[in-house]
Amino acid sequence: MTDEPQFRRVARFVSPADRGFAAVVYGGSILFALLILGLFVELVLGSWPSIVRFGPGFIYHSGWDPINSKFGALPMIYGTVVTSLIAIVLAAFVGIMAAVFLADFAPRWLATPLSFLIELLAAVPSVVYGLWGLFVLSPFVRTALGPALQKVLGWTPIFSGTIYGVGLLTAGMILALMIVPTVTAISRDVIAAIPRDLREASMALGTTKWETAVRVVLPAARVGVFGACVLALGRALGETIAVTMVIGNRPEISASVFAPSYTLASVIANEFTEATTSIYVSALIELGLILFAVSIVVNALARVMIWSVRGSERV
Amino acid sequence: MAQNAFRYKGLRRRRIASWLGIALAFCCAAIAAASLLVILGYVVVQGAGAINFDFLTQLPHPIGVPGGGVGNGILGTFIILGIATLMAVPIGLLTGIYLSLFGRGVIPEALRFLSDVLSGVPSIAIGLFAYAVLVAPLRHFSGFSASFAFMMLMLPLLVRTSEQAIRSVPQSVREGALALGMSNFRATVGIVLPTARPAIITALLLAIARVIGETAPLLFTAFGTQFWEANPGNPMAVLALQVFNYAISPYATWQAQAWGGSLLLVGAVFVLSLGARLMLRRSMKGLEA
Repeated sequence: MTDEPQFRRVARFVSPADRGFAAVVYGGSILFALLILGLFVELVLGSWPSIVRFGPGFIYHSGWDPINSKFGALPMIYGTVVTSLIAIVLAAFVGIMAAVFLADFAPRWLATPLSFLIELLAAVPSVVYGLWGLFVLSPFVRTALGPALQKVLGWTPIFSGTIYGVGLLTAGMILALMIVPTVTAISRDVIAAIPRDLREASMALGTTKWETAVRVVLPAARVGVFGACVLALGRALGETIAVTMVIGNRPEISASVFAPSYTLASVIANEFTEATTSIYVSALIELGLILFAVSIVVNALARVMIWSVRGSERV
Repeated sequence: MAQNAFRYKGLRRRRIASWLGIALAFCCAAIAAASLLVILGYVVVQGAGAINFDFLTQLPHPIGVPGGGVGNGILGTFIILGIATLMAVPIGLLTGIYLSLFGRGVIPEALRFLSDVLSGVPSIAIGLFAYAVLVAPLRHFSGFSASFAFMMLMLPLLVRTSEQAIRSVPQSVREGALALGMSNFRATVGIVLPTARPAIITALLLAIARVIGETAPLLFTAFGTQFWEANPGNPMAVLALQVFNYAISPYATWQAQAWGGSLLLVGAVFVLSLGARLMLRRSMKGLEA
């Protein structure tokens, strides 16, 4: 940026009005910082009884039995990981290819409305996705997609078992729809940030448009594109309402993608107001803490990757 | 020249591959855009029938009693969003001003990092925070605790955008004001902020669009009620929460109302996003002139 030297200079406040202004500005910033730190502290405090009682076993035990105060997060971790993986597998290719099209191939008159449509997809509220998933996608999986998959691939444990319509696959598909805009929008920006010279050099050597895009530009942008996918994965991990509506809500681990399951976020959404004992509440807050910690790590990772391609401009 | 080029072995095949590849990329973009149209189509077709005057103005009716609406949810949504905006704007704007004035350094960078962290936190975790701070100690669900959660969700966007907006005001504008003898305070509030206003309002519209359909944090903050409730100290009905509850209910009439509520939410989000875009375009024009 051209104004960077001036930007680095620290403003000085001398007059009384300025000092008052500075105090208000500092105050607002400190409040902002305190709110975020408070979020972390409250989650740790809330889950402390559960952390003390169950220890690290909370993460790898699979019994979720509120009546007998036995809590193990493994089924929810499994459900969260599997739905997010299904989502990213489905969304990554489509999202990246859409980004390539928007950045390198599409004429302006087509790129602008298409980008706008795809970005609107990100703005549709989660509960609307959930409603659509429950009444349109879930019956489709139960009556058409599920049986078709089972016919071809039913011999594998992944596609065996009863098809309920709600379950890991449906939740993964809804999540895929929800994160495609993230993958596309950020990948498009990253690809557009690759210098023109590179494309011109490649074209000058006689490559076609497609070869330039896929063999030259995409490899140059791969870290950032990968970052976009990781960021989308982070969104999928924390998505709550849409998943709660279509995952079936059962704390079990099953190899089949048709089986009902649970995610960290959906179990909190479903059971928090019904939690009767304090250890139950604490266990649910610990699930929230795990989710919080994982999202921070995933987000930080993604941002570092995206900046490395696009420069220091924030995502 | 072109004819010569075709003598190179496989060029024709590579050109066909190139067109196929571009077609594939186009299809992927089209799939993404089409899925929006499919979802929108369902919401409009299913939702339009449910929306009428009663739906917008009446209380929910008990199961079995036909009619009824989500009037209290619409009211609650306005109140909760209003309070959230009143809390989020000062904190977000002040932090944005701070970051834009103090640029690089350990503390500003730490604040930016915290802001980025907050933008990645799942909304349900923020709902737990609002519960721990405002619901559990008071032993009472409240609309205000929902506003608090919404404020947390709106803050990162407001902080980052207001920082960017203020920094994009040319340095010469600020220097001109200072050269005329204005204090830093008056230069910022009187000259720089008004110039950055369209971009800041854009950010606010987008932030409201982002939270208007949020449901997860409402489950254990606003909680919902069947009655008119305008006091944010009590549990409140919220449109998004009503859509959720109606959707997972087994009654066809309630499910129909869930579609109606969805249409309202989607409509609100799109109007806000479009408004933000128009606003931004106008402000760009202003800067060019």
